[in-house]
Amino acid sequence: MLEVEVKTRLGDFRLDARFQGAAGVTVLYGPSGAGKSSVLAAVAGALKPEAGRIALGDDVLFDSARGVDTPMERRRVGWVFQDARLFPHLSVDGNLRFGLKRAQSRGLAGPIRFDEVVEALGVGHLLHRRPRDLSGGERQRVGLGRALLSQPRLLLLDEPLASLDAARRAEILPFLERVRGFGVPIVYVTHSLAEAVRLGDRMAVMRNGAVVAEGPLAEVVSRPQLMLTGSHARDGAALEGVVQAHDHRLTLVRAGPWEIRAPRLDLELGAAVRLFVLARDVMLALEAPRRISARNVLPGKIAGLEAQDGRVLVRVVSDGAILLAALTPDAVDDLALKPGMAVWAVVKSVAVDGLGGGLLEALEG
Amino acid sequence: MLEASELQALLTSLAVAGRAILWALPLAVLVAWRLSRPRTAGHFLLNALAHAPLVLPPVVVGYVLLLLFGIKGPLGGPLFRLLHVRLAFTGWGAALAAGVMAFPLMVRALRLSFEAIDPGLEVAARSLGARPLDRFFSIALPLAAPGVAAAAIVGFAACLGEFGAVITFAANIPGQTQTLPLAIYAALQAPGGDAMALRLSLISFGIAILALFASEALARRAQRLAGR
Repeated sequence: MLEVEVKTRLGDFRLDARFQGAAGVTVLYGPSGAGKSSVLAAVAGALKPEAGRIALGDDVLFDSARGVDTPMERRRVGWVFQDARLFPHLSVDGNLRFGLKRAQSRGLAGPIRFDEVVEALGVGHLLHRRPRDLSGGERQRVGLGRALLSQPRLLLLDEPLASLDAARRAEILPFLERVRGFGVPIVYVTHSLAEAVRLGDRMAVMRNGAVVAEGPLAEVVSRPQLMLTGSHARDGAALEGVVQAHDHRLTLVRAGPWEIRAPRLDLELGAAVRLFVLARDVMLALEAPRRISARNVLPGKIAGLEAQDGRVLVRVVSDGAILLAALTPDAVDDLALKPGMAVWAVVKSVAVDGLGGGLLEALEG
Repeated sequence: MLEASELQALLTSLAVAGRAILWALPLAVLVAWRLSRPRTAGHFLLNALAHAPLVLPPVVVGYVLLLLFGIKGPLGGPLFRLLHVRLAFTGWGAALAAGVMAFPLMVRALRLSFEAIDPGLEVAARSLGARPLDRFFSIALPLAAPGVAAAAIVGFAACLGEFGAVITFAANIPGQTQTLPLAIYAALQAPGGDAMALRLSLISFGIAILALFASEALARRAQRLAGR
């Protein structure tokens, strides 16, 4: 749906990135200086690459080979900036309506309504205020609403949480999830794996101006060689699941073939949820262990082993669901673990992270 | 308190300065906006033209205006033949000369306020579908508004005091082109005109102080508006 291929030089920096976006949230993940924001600027039309092609479905926004370069104001790509960039001389209401009015005057009145956006972002009580009287989190929400109301076909979010402190970030995350609900595909730039895991559906990983991996988020996150957090200590796997049941302490989540018991999550039955399990919290057994305190004993097959400084990362799969287990080379030798072997992955419930604070801490430690 | 001829000089000055601002301010806004934006071809020439009156002797500016706008000049000729408008030696001519002299002052003040606008805001406006003219009226102009007002005041005050270009292009005609400085000059030439020259000078001084206060206040407001 979104296809991006961008080649350009920015001073000494070479940008040569290629990835695809899909419905939902595509996370563009990488360390600062990897070129994520430049890619975003190229998609928005603020940076003209030397070569490449940018297309949204059938609509080609940029194609160096054919000389196509749609001006930014006609791309219908909403852009949310790290620093919000609200217009200081307009009220919140005026800011929110800025793009809406222009879309309407061009007959592009789309399905995104003023009242719905105001409600979803909780900015109704701010409408008459000036941007300088807003908190950082409020500014970001207004910036999100302003972009959304311009009836975009694509939303670009450039580290919208980076300028906020941890408390504010946690406060905005639910609003970002509501923005997803408007059905506009989103490209979300971040250097925070926690944000990526919480919000993303697809993920493209950038390093030094290039996309080094892309695919469904859970699959990309589980590739240890990517060193997504810059430290093997926080390698782990993400699992896509659906809330099946709650009891008083635990929530049962079905992730592919596995039923996983996680600490109680405040979600409705049937809600989609993403779990994250650190590789160092996963044990492997060759027989199904009995009478064990760990609540999760998950059958699977070894898909691969990879030695990395002093330990072995074992990939356990079952029907598309993936877990990583970090073992010592000793343990691997003892059990004679080989690809294709049937094993049981043992995970304590308390080591399964759902949404929220725990995940943020685990990943950003 | 004021003699009729002194009041007349004051009113002439106000009329000339008012008309000068009327034509020169909008043009100065456009030129300053253009100059505050990324350089393109013609940038240097536009800049040089806009600032020429600042460095040329005013008499030369008046003389150039005479050459261009005299009834036989390349611009003044057609203007007179087709529209029966004569600028040289008229009140509007004085406004033209005064406006040209005040032009660089206004452009400088305006350019600063346009350059103070965060360029990110314009990018945001573009991404929200605003075209260039739309962005000028919806973003640049409102954010520069206090600067525009300050430029108008400084320009107005400068026009009140313009001497060389006005007397060269529009002469010294009481009630039409004899502004305050021209009246002061005339008074000093006449025997016993010292007292009148002094009173007119004090009036000029008062107006100048007022203008400076007003433009300072506006500049502070502009900074608040920009959130700095």
